[in-house]
Amino acid sequence: MGGYILKRLISAIPVLLGITVIVFLIMAMIPGDPATAILGSYATPENVARLNRHLGLDEPLWKQYFIWLGNLLQGDFGRSFALNRPVLDEILDRFSATLILAGTAFVLCSLLGILAGVVSAARQYGLADKAITFVVILGISVPSFFLGMMMILLFAVQLRWFPVSGMYSIWGGGDLPDLIRHLSMPALALSVVATGVIARLSRGAMLEVLRQDFIRTARAKGVHERRVIWGHALRAAMVSIIPVLGIQAGFVLSGAVYIEMVFQWPGVGRMLVDGILKRDILLVQGGVVFIAACYVGFNIIVDVAQAWLDPRIKT
Amino acid sequence: MAFSSLTRRGFGVLTAALLASSALVAPVNAQTPPGVLVVGQIAEPQALDPHAVTAVNDFRILMNIYDGLVRYASGTLEVEPALAESWEISEDGTIYTFALREGVSFHDGSAFDAEAVVWNFERMLNEDHPYHETGPFPLSFFFSAIETVEAVDDLTVRFTLNEPYAPFLSNLAYPTGLIVSPAGVMEHGADFGRNPSGTGAFQFAEWRSNERVVVTRNDEYWDGTAGTEAVIFRPITDANTRVAEMLAGGIDVMVEVPPVAVSQFQGDAHTVHEQAGPHLWFLILNAKEGPFADQRVRQAANYAINKEALVNDVLEGTATIAAGPTPPAFAWAYNEELEPYPYNPDRARELLAEAGADGASLTFYVTEGGSGMLDPIPMGTAIQADLAAVGFDVTIETYEWNTFLGRVNPGLEGKADMAQMAWMTNDPDTLPFLALRTDAFPDAGGFNSGYYSNPEVDALLEAARVETDQDERARLYREMQAIVQEDAPWVFVANWMQNAVTSDAVENFQLEPSFFLLLKDVVKN
Repeated sequence: MGGYILKRLISAIPVLLGITVIVFLIMAMIPGDPATAILGSYATPENVARLNRHLGLDEPLWKQYFIWLGNLLQGDFGRSFALNRPVLDEILDRFSATLILAGTAFVLCSLLGILAGVVSAARQYGLADKAITFVVILGISVPSFFLGMMMILLFAVQLRWFPVSGMYSIWGGGDLPDLIRHLSMPALALSVVATGVIARLSRGAMLEVLRQDFIRTARAKGVHERRVIWGHALRAAMVSIIPVLGIQAGFVLSGAVYIEMVFQWPGVGRMLVDGILKRDILLVQGGVVFIAACYVGFNIIVDVAQAWLDPRIKT
Repeated sequence: MAFSSLTRRGFGVLTAALLASSALVAPVNAQTPPGVLVVGQIAEPQALDPHAVTAVNDFRILMNIYDGLVRYASGTLEVEPALAESWEISEDGTIYTFALREGVSFHDGSAFDAEAVVWNFERMLNEDHPYHETGPFPLSFFFSAIETVEAVDDLTVRFTLNEPYAPFLSNLAYPTGLIVSPAGVMEHGADFGRNPSGTGAFQFAEWRSNERVVVTRNDEYWDGTAGTEAVIFRPITDANTRVAEMLAGGIDVMVEVPPVAVSQFQGDAHTVHEQAGPHLWFLILNAKEGPFADQRVRQAANYAINKEALVNDVLEGTATIAAGPTPPAFAWAYNEELEPYPYNPDRARELLAEAGADGASLTFYVTEGGSGMLDPIPMGTAIQADLAAVGFDVTIETYEWNTFLGRVNPGLEGKADMAQMAWMTNDPDTLPFLALRTDAFPDAGGFNSGYYSNPEVDALLEAARVETDQDERARLYREMQAIVQEDAPWVFVANWMQNAVTSDAVENFQLEPSFFLLLKDVVKN
């Protein structure tokens, strides 16, 4: 197992290097530069040149890349132009918020999705199956940012059950119940689509497994149905469900961008959108590399988990 | 069947869990406490170092933490004393001597004196200054006319300019002229922007990234203490979310209310404030080539566009119709006699026929949004339709804001016939000087992207810039406005009215023509 993990870790290095090249090139190619964005109406060629010199953007591109990569390898992500503070500080500040939001949404969609999928499969074509399928299709079809806005209007503005936006109360608060109040709506809105996808795929995976001989054997031996479904069948189905969870984790993380916009969640997604609009090159590059590294790391965990469930994969 | 009982139990457990968690979510008391004002901002500030930032959104916080030597008198764009009690201008307009207020100190306890003022301008302008590296200072060119700044004694500062420069005083009233604490910069270096220290009515307390900036009352303030204990600035980027927070009572003041949302605040629980500002929304016309090289065609465009419909229907009354290149908010320099071009499609068709420009095709640059651009896409399509009605064939090209600036600022030649643009300035000199003079063509480093050139206008603008007598300056600007309106290098469309909504717990709130947000006298019940 240790060797397999090491192999996967080494294979991640070229991926991450490739990502640094791609994100650097994209930021270099998009029109507009930070000086123009900062100066706005006052961006005369003279002012732009002066500011670019101050920002170190008058160096040739390849040189800028290697300076950036060299610093990155030493853990120095540089300084954000737009926020006037070290990029890594900003990312770490924001990333914990995103992790809380995306993590909660991911746990929610995994639990609810698998539960719904298993129940659906166990009761194929029954009332529960039809009801779940209906709700799932509805959930997949509604864009999450729209759902978020509607939730704000109903639960925050009309009913006043939840606060509209933010992560903690602006005055007082700051404890766990305060966080949960602020987290409920965005986490739910973020998890809905992924829940639907996971439910549909879990249902399919379970149906596949339930048709297999070992299930019939188990039932014939008189194993309790509960054990058949949750013990034998689900464990076998998990082999095909887990990669889906891995993909959905990425989806939830990227979907967090929209949800963070709607709920003013102080996360890394919002930061990237603002950074792109302001051409805050180092912040965007650093943020993308950081997220990509997390994503790669998560995929390694998924692969390892899969290998652990199904040892044939390791080879 | 065993399984069905299990799922029922499973759902039972789930329901119980949901109920338990909803006990945590007892109805939220969204009201903010008395004495604490919560302001919904449109974005996270960039930094709280006034010399390092350019956005109005940041200025709204900065004006409450810092003072300048001078400031705009309430409700106007005319300067009055602030940290300087008085000043003298030399006969030739090149030496400004300020007498400073005594006994003022920065929030960090260090004293405000002439040396501090000198230090502020040296940091911004002198590349060899030990703290110049705490920049960049993108708007330092506001003060590029300064040759030397020196402390005559503890409370007297003298600026020597390299040539007479009339906008100097109003530039000092701009946030770029606010005075920071030298001790604060020395302590925090490049992080001063997150640890600001000034002399203002509020002092900085806390900044949590993308959540809030908190400032508290400065009990030592030289101009009377503030009406609230603290002000919290919350960045809420999404306009719909900002509206929802205002409706739910999570914020007390909201700036930049989207036009479509204003009607939701018409009840007793809220007050809508409006204030015209020094803003102009216009179309740059390419006077160098193509149909708009002919003055009659440019006038025809001014007649053809229904500005009233744009202002009332697209912008829902959040702007007024512009008559010329200078916004009426510059009351002292504004030419009251100018009437906007009326909406007159017939006159437009006549002019087009005279010029032989019937059916001319135009390329029109439209942006997706940007500083002061209001609702550029709906405005662009409405303008396209108005121009089509008099026989133009208009093709719209849409660009994201920074890309748009990158195409428009270098000049429209060979690319487009017209482009949207908006400017917000602090002196009647700024926009025409940078965007209407012959010497301001893009290749000369200016913003005259439509290549308008009229020697008479050039002479008037240059004379006004060095004129220190305000009445004479005003006369020169009025004359310039009349000529420019007739020449029609732009289509003059709208002057934006800044708006804000306050809850019924807020008193003494007032918007300023400068678009700054001054919160000292506001009371929160």
